[in-house]
Amino acid sequence: MSVPAELKYTESHEWVKVEADGSVMVGITQHAQELLGDMVFVQLPDVGRTLAQREDCAVVESVKAASDIYAPLGGEVIAINTEVEASPEKINEDCYAAWLFRLKPANAGEISGLLDASGYQKLLDSEAH
Amino acid sequence: MPFIPHTEEDVAEMLASIGAKSIDELFDEIPAELKTGKLTQVPVGLSEMEISRLMHGRAQKDGFYLSFIGAGAYEHHIPAAVWQITTRGEFYSSYTPYQAEASQGTLQLLYEYQTMMASLNGMDVSNASLYDGASALAEAALMAVRQHRTSRRILIPQTVHPIYRSVTRTIVRNQNIEVVEIPFDPATGQVAIDKLDQFAQEEFAALVIPQPNFFGVLEQVDALTDWAHGKQSLAIAVVNPTSLAMLKPPGEWGQRGADIAVGEGQPLGIPLSSGGPYFGFMACKQELVRQMPGRIIGRTTDLEGKEGFALTLQAREQHIRRSKATSNICTNQGLMVTAATIYMSLIGPEGLYRVAAQSHANTLALVEQLEKLPGVKKVFGSPFFHEAALQLSVPADKVLNSLKAQGVLGGVLLENYYPDLKNTLLVCATETKTAEDIGKYVEMLRLALAASA
Amino acid sequence: MLIFEHSRKNRRNYSQAPSTRPAKNNIPDNLKRKTAPLLPEVSEMDTVRHYTRLSQKNFSIDTEFYPLGSCTMKYNPRACNSLAMLPQFLSRHPLAPEDTGQGFLACMYELQEILKDVTGMSAVSLTSMAGAQGELIGITMIRAYHEARGDTERTEIIIPDAAHGTNPATAVMCGYKVIEIPTDRDGDVDMEALKAAVGPRTAGLMLTNPSTLGVFEKKVAEMSRIVHEAGGLLYYDGANLNAVLGKVKPGDMGFDVIHMNLHKTFSTPHGGGGPGAAPVGVADCLLPYLPIPIVAYEQGVYRWLTEKDRPQSIGRLSAHMGNAGVLLRAYIYVRLLGAEGMFRISEYATLNANYLMAELRKLGFEIAYPNRRASHEFIVTMKEIKDKTGVTAMNLAKRLLDKGFHAPTTYFPLLVPECLLIEPAETESKETLDRFVVAMKEILDEIATQPDMVKSAPHDMPLRKIDDVKAARELDLVWNPAG
Ligand SMILES: Cc1ncc(COP(=O)(O)O)c(C=O)c1O
Repeated sequence: MSVPAELKYTESHEWVKVEADGSVMVGITQHAQELLGDMVFVQLPDVGRTLAQREDCAVVESVKAASDIYAPLGGEVIAINTEVEASPEKINEDCYAAWLFRLKPANAGEISGLLDASGYQKLLDSEAH
Repeated sequence: MPFIPHTEEDVAEMLASIGAKSIDELFDEIPAELKTGKLTQVPVGLSEMEISRLMHGRAQKDGFYLSFIGAGAYEHHIPAAVWQITTRGEFYSSYTPYQAEASQGTLQLLYEYQTMMASLNGMDVSNASLYDGASALAEAALMAVRQHRTSRRILIPQTVHPIYRSVTRTIVRNQNIEVVEIPFDPATGQVAIDKLDQFAQEEFAALVIPQPNFFGVLEQVDALTDWAHGKQSLAIAVVNPTSLAMLKPPGEWGQRGADIAVGEGQPLGIPLSSGGPYFGFMACKQELVRQMPGRIIGRTTDLEGKEGFALTLQAREQHIRRSKATSNICTNQGLMVTAATIYMSLIGPEGLYRVAAQSHANTLALVEQLEKLPGVKKVFGSPFFHEAALQLSVPADKVLNSLKAQGVLGGVLLENYYPDLKNTLLVCATETKTAEDIGKYVEMLRLALAASA
Repeated sequence: MLIFEHSRKNRRNYSQAPSTRPAKNNIPDNLKRKTAPLLPEVSEMDTVRHYTRLSQKNFSIDTEFYPLGSCTMKYNPRACNSLAMLPQFLSRHPLAPEDTGQGFLACMYELQEILKDVTGMSAVSLTSMAGAQGELIGITMIRAYHEARGDTERTEIIIPDAAHGTNPATAVMCGYKVIEIPTDRDGDVDMEALKAAVGPRTAGLMLTNPSTLGVFEKKVAEMSRIVHEAGGLLYYDGANLNAVLGKVKPGDMGFDVIHMNLHKTFSTPHGGGGPGAAPVGVADCLLPYLPIPIVAYEQGVYRWLTEKDRPQSIGRLSAHMGNAGVLLRAYIYVRLLGAEGMFRISEYATLNANYLMAELRKLGFEIAYPNRRASHEFIVTMKEIKDKTGVTAMNLAKRLLDKGFHAPTTYFPLLVPECLLIEPAETESKETLDRFVVAMKEILDEIATQPDMVKSAPHDMPLRKIDDVKAARELDLVWNPAG
């Protein structure tokens, strides 16, 4: 399963990409995408909303399941991906390109608490058993 | 054994396959101390002939009356085909259409129902039913609070059906939602629009607008809708579906239309049956569809592109979303919707208009004749649909009793719900009442008034 | 073809509605409807044909074996329908005086008494219109109970992960936080988790027994003790009462409040989605809060108890008195069965389930809880088959349709992967169960030899697999004449 090395991960299957300007992009992982199946609806947080770490702030829905998305880090929502909102299937097509929202972290220190690719891979291996 | 087909040989073979000695052994995981002794209140079984005799006897005891009662449940003619088709086993004995390919009949019917209901209400979408009109209003209130996000107050005029208000209170109180009751103008029987602002000093999620209201009176729906919208709140319509053939639909009220419309579906081909089963309907604007409770059916295709239907937006529902569902509703009132859809098809737009118009005209005629009797006074000056409040100069309960003795049910006593409205009857004459029926009521009431004077 | 596509402008049924438009009309212009609603303009025969044809596209108990787990799809006796539809019953207005409904009320009163007896509860209210509403009533009463005692710290309802979705949805609708507890390997509630979950914030526990995993919670008495000692109350989801009717009473298991789905256990029809009826029973501690109306029998007369009689009642849940016609059907059913029949329901439902489980196990299907007796239902898990062949529980379900059987419940309960929850109900004969076993064997063979065919089922239905992804992505919820 695809777990890009340059990304960070959460135990609730979000990926996090740290940008040059210090902001982060958030999406859901290949594993999560496969588990949910064909995506039919995405609900994203309002831009400007301040999130606490692990706050549920978005929802992705397939026909058979709905899954809450938790903020990997605390911070302000500075952008949302309206393309994904309009065409949720983009998440199935390429979940690492189909980011959901961007955060300006309130505390960059929280980034180091996230899983790296090998840590996330271990999590996936353990969940498979 | 009633409804159990097993022969002794069957049982023996089945137990052998299981490897159990007796049926009793299959219950061996139930702790002995929990096992029940006896049933003392369940009588011995009856044959079909015996139960038939018992039920016919009880039905006869209840008999038939010439009824002028409305108050939320209305006697309308139900075409014979409605229940003959509705009770076909394929509709009657199927489950919720989870397996789309094996439920296309129910699913297509529900899609047609949604289309009819949305159009009748002038709304974009409809769900596939809720329990009844009262619980539908409660669900609309919850939906409005979810949509509004900041306020947990709902304004409900006292002209809304008193039991709908009470059911709504019971259901929303659990979530600390406040129901604020708005008084009516005793002269018009309508919400007093000029007094509304005092209730808007605090934010509110929605204003409920009944049309017609519980008194049969027509409310100033345009002004009420615009007032609610002006306060950044939703407008929830509570409507009678028959009346919508004549009256402006909620989607066209005011500048922007009401946001949610709910009501009791019973007038559309459902028998009175002592109160149920009926069905609640709910229609709304497209923007609110994801907040809707209940089943929703969508049109789609099969793998080969042929038209087909399926449950959709299921992620709103309890079986998928569990604690975050828009409602806990699962089983709804499907069969009643089957009847209503067939009723609306048979009767068509012109037929429904005539049912509404004739009910309106009959009640006008009834009220006009009754008003001429000394000691009868119309309570409210506003136009009404097919119900009206009439005040008597003598004790109204006695009058109702003497009418009943003659086989006439003369209406409901409003005092039961509105203590200030003493000796007041709420009467209704639908299209089922002939000129003779109306004449009979007038004559009976004249005699009863004379006797108590 | 939709009914609207049969429509022709100005076609009408002249016998069904008033023959003229009346002259008198006092509706003010600004309140009048300007354009007619989109209702079809079709003949009576068109309507009858169209909906008869639609009905033929349904599977139903009357036409197919329908082993939908948790739904108790048993035969709906015809007498229940025809006698509940006697014209006097149908024409009675809900607000007609009580003395014009003594026959009807007698049935309701006797039904209350019978339901009290079979559940072992102190009192029953008939008002609830479905299981989920029964749950709402029950949890609302639990709230009322704690509030009346000034115990306002209780904010949590404990619910096992195997529970039906209505349980957590109800708890939240009633303003509670849901504490989910896991199931152990044998399908029982994890007792350690329960002990850890209870405390001063526990308002109650919602439990289904036998559970939706098709097994009896053996430690129910201990669970009851744990929850009660913590000050909480116990709710019984009676959706599975069919499995234990006459054998165990929820009241004896220690439950304080229950609902029973009459549209399951008492054989009222499911009508393609409803209506149901789910009377609620309570132990003494919740008696004052029971919703109204309730039927009383005093000095030879039946009457409704109202707010005046029950000032502490949580109130009303329906405009009148719930689904009266459904209650009548249930009453007729119980009278046909009698006390002996009550016991037989659970005995033969359990026999059928255990037989079917044994036969499917012999075919090689994996039983989710192999060391347990089945209650009235059991679970087959397709996990291993899916891992090996890619064929899912849903694929198998669709293939069953091809073979003329309604599918079992799929993907519920959520905790068993690729599950099929199978409930045969007592009214099915051994031959029907055997035919089902043959069909399952055929599918098993097909999975081995032509898995892709199974994956693309159904093949022999009027439609192939319905695209529910498209249904959700391209919402089409009402027909639009403009296309
Ligand atoms: C275990 C269980 N609980 C609750 C319910 C909800 O009952 P209803 O559909 O009547 O609301 C069901 C039925 O679907 C069920 O199977």
